[in-house]
Amino acid sequence: MEVKNIKIRNMKPENFKDNEYLEQYLAELHAGGVNIAVAKLDDLINWGRSNSVWPLTFGTSCCAIEFMALGAARYDFARFGWEVTRNSPRQADVIFICGTIVHKMAPVLKRLYDQMAEPKYVMALGGCTISGGPFRKSYHTVLGVDKIIPVDVYVPGCPPRPDAMIYGMMQLSRKIKVQNFFKLPAQPVISAKNSGETDEKGGDR
Amino acid sequence: MITAENLQSLLPFSTVERKDSVLTLTVPAENLQEAATSLKNNGLDYLRDIVGIDYGESLGIILSLTPTKEPKTIVMLKTSASNRENPRLASVEDLWLSAKLYEREVHDFFGIVFEGNTDMRRLFLRQDWKGFPLRKDYDANPKLNPVPTENENLEDLENLPKISVNAEESFEKQHFVFEKEEYVVNFGPQHPATHGVLHLRVSLEGETIKKIDPNFGYIHRGIEKISEIYTYPQILHLTDRLDYLSGTINRHAVCLAVEHGLELEVPERANYIRTIIDELTRIASHLLGWGCMCMDMGAITAFVYGMRDREKIMDIFEETCGGRLMANHSTIGGVMSDIHPNFQRKIREFIPYMRKMLKEHHLLFTNNPIARGRMKGVGYLSGEDAISLGATGPVGRASGWSNDTRKIEPYAAYSKVDFREVLREGGMTFDRYIIRLDEIEESLKIIEQLVDNIPEGNYAAKTKAIIKLPEGEYFQRVENARGEFCVFIDSRGEKYPYRIHFRSPSMTLVNVLKHITPGTKIADLIMLGGSLDYVIPCIDR
Repeated sequence: MEVKNIKIRNMKPENFKDNEYLEQYLAELHAGGVNIAVAKLDDLINWGRSNSVWPLTFGTSCCAIEFMALGAARYDFARFGWEVTRNSPRQADVIFICGTIVHKMAPVLKRLYDQMAEPKYVMALGGCTISGGPFRKSYHTVLGVDKIIPVDVYVPGCPPRPDAMIYGMMQLSRKIKVQNFFKLPAQPVISAKNSGETDEKGGDR
Repeated sequence: MITAENLQSLLPFSTVERKDSVLTLTVPAENLQEAATSLKNNGLDYLRDIVGIDYGESLGIILSLTPTKEPKTIVMLKTSASNRENPRLASVEDLWLSAKLYEREVHDFFGIVFEGNTDMRRLFLRQDWKGFPLRKDYDANPKLNPVPTENENLEDLENLPKISVNAEESFEKQHFVFEKEEYVVNFGPQHPATHGVLHLRVSLEGETIKKIDPNFGYIHRGIEKISEIYTYPQILHLTDRLDYLSGTINRHAVCLAVEHGLELEVPERANYIRTIIDELTRIASHLLGWGCMCMDMGAITAFVYGMRDREKIMDIFEETCGGRLMANHSTIGGVMSDIHPNFQRKIREFIPYMRKMLKEHHLLFTNNPIARGRMKGVGYLSGEDAISLGATGPVGRASGWSNDTRKIEPYAAYSKVDFREVLREGGMTFDRYIIRLDEIEESLKIIEQLVDNIPEGNYAAKTKAIIKLPEGEYFQRVENARGEFCVFIDSRGEKYPYRIHFRSPSMTLVNVLKHITPGTKIADLIMLGGSLDYVIPCIDR
């Protein structure tokens, strides 16, 4: 099945990779069947949501500097309606995890995530947040934030370039656009049991 | 004048060795306090660092000292505790203001208890952490210390074990950091103005700060421990990620230390390229520091201006090194790659551009009466305290302490250039603010002198495929954007270091914050933090 033409300014759908999960979403949505009025309202809401995703600033180390570059004049993510970085989790839609998460930080991150209002999204920036990165062999590093909270978009790099972060943001925009706002998928449960081992439920929602 | 003979006669119970400019003193554990006191009284007033080390049968510490009157001299005071089960050493907390924090660090990593230190909490790790990770027999099984995945409150910070000098039992009594009736505000760890994941607990009396208690460790990645299983070229990649804003300079320090050990001659071309890249990094770091400090005071436009100028430097890095923030450019024996054909042209264009922009920065912000009014007369740090706290770099120089390693011990191409060490006497927030902008001008001068004279030749010396450092101890200091960054390597002739330690200049800067904030207003706390410009991942390592 073709992915429905999700309009993202400045980038054509064929330029995106990894379209499979969006196709899966659409298949689920079509299978359920939606009333036209609701579907149109949904499109309208999602159009608004995907163009005003407010990030929570959560920079722990190096990637945060590239995130600052992303917010500054040259890369300027305000072009996409993401400009208002919030310092309170209650007002944010997405958390950008910039930098390594360690044992001491893990409960704090979990708390911030719990404080965010639904629907909420998580972007893992950089090698450390994905797998532990260069510090994987350390005694104090969490081997990937998906051991603690579910992640929507992974952006690899050490640190990722601001362009890569923009690509990741675009992917998240698309994801938001195909979601059914009135019937959002349930949050996967990440328990203390499966963290530390390979998790089956974490990762993609 | 500090010489080996002087020290031997001063401390008859010690053994003194000399290697280049480093004097190593070994004293028995029971004489530590006496030795430290007489060294302090004989002019060694700057405690650089305390390095913990596991010798196998005993646990040792090395105090690195320098007299500010003879900054070339380095005295390493060594001692060790033989009892591994319950290692105890005397504290030197009352001699140097910086000692308390360093001792806490050693306690955290090696489990050495410093008798007389009034704060023996863990510094980086969680209070319930099992084991001491930098000991060689540490059990790294993740089941012992699982990742905490639940929300939790911060009650464990409340209790502060106190250790009395004569007590038989290790924890004689506990006292609290803050009194029960004090009004304590948590600041961080997730806060945009802490410049990283620093957690401050601030006790307030109305709007005035009574006391602050910094908590580290929210980004402690155990770099020193993982370095022990990595080879020297691999370790280089971790150093960039310590203080990421002066990554190339940190990397340069490790390269210099290893090259020194291997007695490797670095081509002159590489030295020039390294120096230019280091100075560009310093400018980028100061611009970001300046922008963030102005943003902390409410001028968000300044941040955008600082980042705009920084992007020009990032472009130069990207072409030559391949990376923006992480240049990963220095390597053992030289640099990774030769300069890009555009390198010199772009720098020649950048220098007049930056000078013009500096004028604009001064015009827009420095001369703003509101900004001046806020910065002047706030956050005084005296020169004496700066030395005792070990506040190197721009912060120390703003208080009149001449501590520029580029002048004291010129490395790379610094001996060939003419530049001024910017010194100010004021010690106020405004001095710390203005000194960074002045240093940008000096860095531009250095680059200007080098960029047209890069000698021809190889950009890297040939090294062996496997680099084994001869047995011995190696020490190297460089000046990064925040102060004196030092590398200490203990090698046993292997391709991995036995122990590697990095001296973080930022750690003492947080100590300065603790020292200067009592009595100031809570609104100034953010600005004072901005004026010190610390980088937390460098502290936590």
